[in-house]
Amino acid sequence: MTENVSLLFGRLGPDALPFYSWVAFSGALVTLAGGLGFLILVTWLGQWRALWTGWLTSVDHKRIGIMYIVLALIMLVRGFVDAIMMRLQQAMALNSDGYLPPEHFEQIFSSHGTIMIFFMAMPFMTGLLNYIIPLQIGSRDVAFPVLNAISFWLTAAGAGLMLISLVIGRFSTAGWTGYPPYSGVEFTPGVGVDYWIWSILISGVGTTMTGINFIVTILRKRAPGMLLMRMPMFTWTGLCSSVLIIFAFPALTVSTVMLALDRTLGMHFFTNDSGGNMMNYMNLFWIWGHPEVYILVLPAFGIFSEVVATFSSKRLFGYPSLVYATTVIAILSFTVWLHHFFTMGAGANVNAIFGIATMVIAVPTGVKVFDWLFTMFRGRIRFEPPMKFTIGFMCLFVIGGMSGVLLAIPPINYSTHNTTFLVAHFHNMIIPGVLFGYLAGYMYWFPKAFGFQLDRKWGSRSFWFWLVGFLLAFMPLYALGLMGMPRRMETYGNPEWQPLLIVAFIGACLILLGIVSLVMQLWVSIKQRDALKDTTGDPWDGRTLEWSIPSPPPVWNFDSVPVVTARDAFHESKITGVVLSVAPEEEPLLIPRNSTVGPIIGAAGFCVGFGAVWFIWWLMFAGLALAIAAIIGRSFFDDTEVEVFPGEGAESI
Amino acid sequence: MIAASDKVEEQIDEETEFGFWLYLMSDAVLFSLLFGTFAVMSSNLAGGPGGSALFDMKNLATQTALLLVSSLTIALAHHAAHTGHLARTLGWLVVTCLLGAGFLGLEIKELSGFVAQDAGPGRSGYLSAFFTLVGTHGLHVTAGLIWAMTLIAQFLIKGIGLRMTSRLYRLTLFWHFLDIVWIGVFSLVYLPEFL
Repeated sequence: MTENVSLLFGRLGPDALPFYSWVAFSGALVTLAGGLGFLILVTWLGQWRALWTGWLTSVDHKRIGIMYIVLALIMLVRGFVDAIMMRLQQAMALNSDGYLPPEHFEQIFSSHGTIMIFFMAMPFMTGLLNYIIPLQIGSRDVAFPVLNAISFWLTAAGAGLMLISLVIGRFSTAGWTGYPPYSGVEFTPGVGVDYWIWSILISGVGTTMTGINFIVTILRKRAPGMLLMRMPMFTWTGLCSSVLIIFAFPALTVSTVMLALDRTLGMHFFTNDSGGNMMNYMNLFWIWGHPEVYILVLPAFGIFSEVVATFSSKRLFGYPSLVYATTVIAILSFTVWLHHFFTMGAGANVNAIFGIATMVIAVPTGVKVFDWLFTMFRGRIRFEPPMKFTIGFMCLFVIGGMSGVLLAIPPINYSTHNTTFLVAHFHNMIIPGVLFGYLAGYMYWFPKAFGFQLDRKWGSRSFWFWLVGFLLAFMPLYALGLMGMPRRMETYGNPEWQPLLIVAFIGACLILLGIVSLVMQLWVSIKQRDALKDTTGDPWDGRTLEWSIPSPPPVWNFDSVPVVTARDAFHESKITGVVLSVAPEEEPLLIPRNSTVGPIIGAAGFCVGFGAVWFIWWLMFAGLALAIAAIIGRSFFDDTEVEVFPGEGAESI
Repeated sequence: MIAASDKVEEQIDEETEFGFWLYLMSDAVLFSLLFGTFAVMSSNLAGGPGGSALFDMKNLATQTALLLVSSLTIALAHHAAHTGHLARTLGWLVVTCLLGAGFLGLEIKELSGFVAQDAGPGRSGYLSAFFTLVGTHGLHVTAGLIWAMTLIAQFLIKGIGLRMTSRLYRLTLFWHFLDIVWIGVFSLVYLPEFL
């Protein structure tokens, strides 16, 4: 703590600007240009009022869901730019420095992981949960709409901190897991690790509230007759994921706060000296980190289940076994965290127990794969883009699962620890398992949200680029890992590695084409939205309740709440021709008013984070005070809802 | 202004109370991790003072008594609100606030005393864990006090209604929860040092 800290600006000074590397400087310029471009565009179109009242202050779960997904897609692009830069560096850096200075390379792999997990995958998942779950359970809203907006804005505040770290100051060099003692202040002074801590801490608070919100929504706001075992699979997985969130995220909060206390207040949780214990950090971090994998992947499994049933034109095979498998995975996910650090030396018996627990998780996961296969068996399969992503997932995920079982064996883990074999394994789980699922969900539910379908051709192109690109980018990493290549190498001297690294770079280029195809798909579909219009509200011959209402749905979702009598009740009613009966309306239909509390608390959260990173204490306390004042102020208002009449003036709200 | 009917209001309150239980569950996980960390670090003194050299039995007993009694008084406040007695509700809430503030004052005095004796949170791993655990509990009590004072103001403005009783019910839950956590702190952090 020898830095010069001023009262007004903390440790923020002119040296915070990114002149240390031309690459970082260009990145900062692009970030700034993107932000400014957005502001100019909105001003030029004269849409500020529409943006503010229609989106930024909205507490409609559908609008919030869309904002989450937009955030996720923006961060996907940023995280991917990091990825392709690393691939290019490694393809070039045999016995040379490549084009990236070491410190900047370290920032890039740290920000890539942080962005992809916290600001791409999490918002994507939360966005899909937000949009779809209330529709699937026949509810008019989530349980706590304003809390939902606050959750979104805290996530956005974390993402904002993440993005601003490229322009003002530097990001962490400690990897996305931030292991001490390296991430401690003794070895890594400066603001990088603090940016990492505060961006995930602030968005983590938002995520915890999302978890609470969705458990209450799913358990309390289902349509009459929607028993637990009649819930769509995606809702089930959303419920399990939310339960995992409220149990796991405290561990992330605790581990990062302790690291922040070490760094900022000179405490000794994880330091080398004065009685610190850095192994405790690994435990705390992965007590969150392992369930986090399932928080992300379970909803993706839910999407695959919906997609595979719809596009096989069959009911989901083995629904109860899928439900039980999901809950078993959710429970087991808390029993395996130690497999992330077998080499820490906890002892042979401890390692054996955690290794076995890890292998056991493969069993319910295997059950799911068989259920999906049997759903397709003798089905009438339609190869729409979401279905292609689902089939691609099934093929690739099995490979990743097998490498996972290999890694679960402690002796093998010792020899592959921290090699690119591990990198290949977890990308093999997360890209096909998580991202393919979310992309399938995005293409599957897009017509519901916007009233027109996405272009099929570009969707297929995107899938094939992603699939082949993924194989080329990550299969070589398995081989490289077995050849002994450690992860995160800025430069290396082994000429045998280079050809495979060049192949991996080519794979990354194909994935780039996959992302370009996604953009093209959106562009082409918007251009041809009249031709692709979905007039029925049910373009795929869907099975669940969200397809029983118009696309896009009205603000209150259901003109009248349906009474559910079976699993896939909507599909049942289409076959039998018996229209779903509706619950009688006793009360006037109320929807919550817009609220500025969300954006205010988001701004406050950003101030707290930025102040804490730069030691601008007045800013931090001002942010804290603003957040508290907003919450207390809000609690004095009672008139938070407005009555609407289905069928009248729907668009004016 | 459109008021929701009592039935809708009751349903909303029930959902909020359920959500609050979930929050408490999440918070309980957070505290249990802090307790776990404290247990791991309880012997990492690094040559610094341990609890037996620092803790004062009288201070501890007073703190504990204040907090436990405040749990009783807030339950009485909730009971009074439930039976529709505004003045009594306010009275018991004020007493709860005073007891809570007394607890907090003693805690601040104790902790700042440690810092003055060169036994601050930066002294050793043990003291980092101690300050963080006790400090987190103290921050929760502070939040509870702010909440209680907000409720006092709202009872004065709005009187007793379904929504207000539900809010007081949640504060009561929160306050009892902090009491339980304190019993954990008392038994796992302080008590072993006196045995």
